[in-house]
Amino acid sequence: MAEVSTSAPIGLAFRLTPRRIAFHLGTLFLFLGAWIMIFPFIWMVSSSLKPTDEVFDSNFTIWPQTFAGFDNYYKVLFEQPYLTFLMNSFIVCAGILVVQLLTAIPAAYALAKLKFRGSTILFGAVLAGITIPINVTSIPIYVGIVKVGLLDTYVAMMFPFFVSVFAIFLFRQFFRTFPDSIIQAARVDGFTEIEIILRLIIPSAVPAIAAFSVFSFVAHWNDLYWPLIVVTSQEKMTATLSMLQYQSAFDNDYGGAFAAATVITAPMVIAFLLARRLLISGITMTGVKG
Amino acid sequence: MARTAAERRQTRLAYGLIAPATLLILLIYIGPIIVVFAMSLTDYTLVSDYYEFVGLENYSRMLEEEPFRNALLNTFIYAGFLAPLAFGLGLIIAIAIQERKQFRSILEVLFFLPVTATLTAMALVWAALMDSRQGVLNGTLDLMGLPVLNWLGSPDLVLISLAIISLWALVGFNMVLFLAGLTAIPKSLYDAAAVDGADGAVDKFLRVTWPMLGPTAMFVAVTTSITAFKIFDTVAVLTQGGPNRASEVYLYLAYLEGFEYFNMGYSAALSLIFLIIVFAFALIQALFIDRKVHY
Repeated sequence: MAEVSTSAPIGLAFRLTPRRIAFHLGTLFLFLGAWIMIFPFIWMVSSSLKPTDEVFDSNFTIWPQTFAGFDNYYKVLFEQPYLTFLMNSFIVCAGILVVQLLTAIPAAYALAKLKFRGSTILFGAVLAGITIPINVTSIPIYVGIVKVGLLDTYVAMMFPFFVSVFAIFLFRQFFRTFPDSIIQAARVDGFTEIEIILRLIIPSAVPAIAAFSVFSFVAHWNDLYWPLIVVTSQEKMTATLSMLQYQSAFDNDYGGAFAAATVITAPMVIAFLLARRLLISGITMTGVKG
Repeated sequence: MARTAAERRQTRLAYGLIAPATLLILLIYIGPIIVVFAMSLTDYTLVSDYYEFVGLENYSRMLEEEPFRNALLNTFIYAGFLAPLAFGLGLIIAIAIQERKQFRSILEVLFFLPVTATLTAMALVWAALMDSRQGVLNGTLDLMGLPVLNWLGSPDLVLISLAIISLWALVGFNMVLFLAGLTAIPKSLYDAAAVDGADGAVDKFLRVTWPMLGPTAMFVAVTTSITAFKIFDTVAVLTQGGPNRASEVYLYLAYLEGFEYFNMGYSAALSLIFLIIVFAFALIQALFIDRKVHY
């Protein structure tokens, strides 16, 4: 395309053929669509800066007529327990991720590179597990947690996600591509299997591990279902769960409600903007290569 | 079979490496699935430790009771609206973005942004936008001289409104999958098709893009359907199944039965049926992908 337009006379490149009009209309529609996609964010941030009576004003302005942003955010961050909620979410997501990596990487390495009886059964269980959502297993896990008296604890909030069968599958696919000859050579050189994992396998799989980490963090930050079941106190409430509670307080403090919504949404949106390539490659790995 | 000491040591090590994951898979997946099945044959409730074996009563109760049929139908209506749109729009947006290299990054970011955003929080924003009296959506309709709608308050419209919110949250995800699939199509195929006379957009799509996109399209169709069936968050935050059970979807019903009314036996039966539906989708995908390999 580029070659054609540079070798053609300038005037020709700008002539509006029906095809070019369609192309530009398409671009216009794409940006219109993109505007619809981000409008809720713009509206949310804008409302979080407004006093309550202005949020539903019929003349919507992006920048507030009366600036109440400082009040709203001060209330959310320092007078209401949102920092605790954010911290709870962070602790739960980080705890889940660490245990997921600790359990998935060794298992994936064994499945990818070592021979042992039962490996087919284990791999079959991993594949079957990928299709089982938490909604199906929640009742027995909940009953178990109640029986051992762990309801409303961090352990209860993290437990069903301590093993990610998806991570085992993803890492196994990645580790399989690592050359056997290098592993053999390392063994001859006196590397133990643990050293092989730590010094050869993990460094070679950094993209997959990083992508999965972002993926896992975002998924559990945004999860509502499980915290709704096992969290019963304010002290353990997660950021996502607190939004459910806001529904009731929603009628009297709109500005504050949307400041809270902004504070809760911001970490994952910022994480996405920073780790965009990683997250997108993670999603692509799940689909196209999986 | 004589095995060397090194081999035996490797096997022992392998068991050590898989032990934590295996134990957790037993505790988190295999055990609970067996217990769910067993529980679905009882009238167990968390409130009392006494329970009886009731056979298939929980399953026959589903067939007889209106809430089950209502929830299943609601979920199908919602998914029937959401899944085709999320698939079709995802594909169209991906193709359009692919053709506009100079805007690709920015458009990819903008369309994907809702995917990572916390849906529970954004649902509150959507509720405000969809507010029947003061919301921006009705304001816009009014401005264009169109009748205003009671988005989340009308039993006839609430499922569509929830589907619109989910479409917003989901379309960027499908777009990214399609973009990856499109990027993998060799340019030479388009050149070859052009030599054969296929140079219009529709021709190119039908002769090259769509056939080459087969596995990606199947994957997107299946994951989108499963995601659609799993709707829970927006219902829990915005409608709690209302108005008048018009948005009581499958997982929300299972949640209410299990964790609000503590009918754990019945809820376990609902969960198992849900698992069978999800398995059916996964099976379709597995069969299709085995059969259809292009390279």
